[in-house]
Amino acid sequence: MKIAEIRDLLRAEVLSGEECLENDVYAACCSDMMSDVLAFVKDQGVLLTGLLNSQVIRTANMMDMVCIVIVRNKVPTEEMIELAKEHGLVLMRSPLRAYEACGVLYYAGLGREGADV
Amino acid sequence: MSEPIRFHYDVDGENFTSAGEASVAVKKKLRQLGYPPDVIRKVSIAMYEGEINMVIHANGGAADVEVYDDKIVIILADHGPGIPNVELAMQEGYSTARENIRALGFGAGMGLPNMKKYTDDMKIDTEVGVGTTITMTVDL
Ligand SMILES: Nc1ncnc2c1ncn2[C@@H]1O[C@H](COP(=O)(O)OP(=O)(O)O)[C@@H](O)[C@H]1O
Ligand SMILES: [Mg+2]
Repeated sequence: MKIAEIRDLLRAEVLSGEECLENDVYAACCSDMMSDVLAFVKDQGVLLTGLLNSQVIRTANMMDMVCIVIVRNKVPTEEMIELAKEHGLVLMRSPLRAYEACGVLYYAGLGREGADV
Repeated sequence: MSEPIRFHYDVDGENFTSAGEASVAVKKKLRQLGYPPDVIRKVSIAMYEGEINMVIHANGGAADVEVYDDKIVIILADHGPGIPNVELAMQEGYSTARENIRALGFGAGMGLPNMKKYTDDMKIDTEVGVGTTITMTVDL
């Protein structure tokens, strides 16, 4: 799925990484615990979270993720936006709640390739 | 064997916002040096977890990375409280972090196990009241 499609599906506002919207991603994960993302995530390109601090961006960078979605209309700090730009990450914010946002992306097929549904 | 390439960073224990900067810098350096993505990922995740630990549990410290022909060594040294029971601390889910740290997205008790998982060797030298030095090796 193209990152631009994620933006459209989640009615999101893009705050950084506009130039990467045509890139493809294949899976996503959702967590407010960066510890868990670092421990359990493998090759997921998209991170959905309601957490707002610079460690969200660094965690995504460490995990070679390419897109971060901040849910529930929260507003990322200036520092997060700057860091995301520095790392070439797409950062967007969506009005949807985490549960809805995940549902929408899952239903649209993200991370479901090959699944029997 | 040729001299290792060395990187040194001071890790500020007062500032959670900047925690991880050293790991980000190392990741960038290793990319520039052309190491394979999986090696870079292992080194940077293990170091990042260790760096976060130094900030949330030990009031900061020093991070050193040595790049040899056949391995990368990460040394994280602090003068924090030390770890009274290493075996317990190594267990998945064990954490002494308080709610304020969990609200920042850390303190799930996965850091040390994760560091062990991502590296080929990990040694913990620790003494209560003196500090902790963690040495991790990733083979190339
Ligand atoms: N550098 C350190 N200095 C003192 N204690 C530490 C240090 N690193 C880890 N610990 C102790 O080990 C426990 C487990 O660490 P870890 O697995 O990283 O989990 P977490 O950081 O989420 O608590 C910590 O809660 C803490 O009590
Ligand atoms: Mg930890």
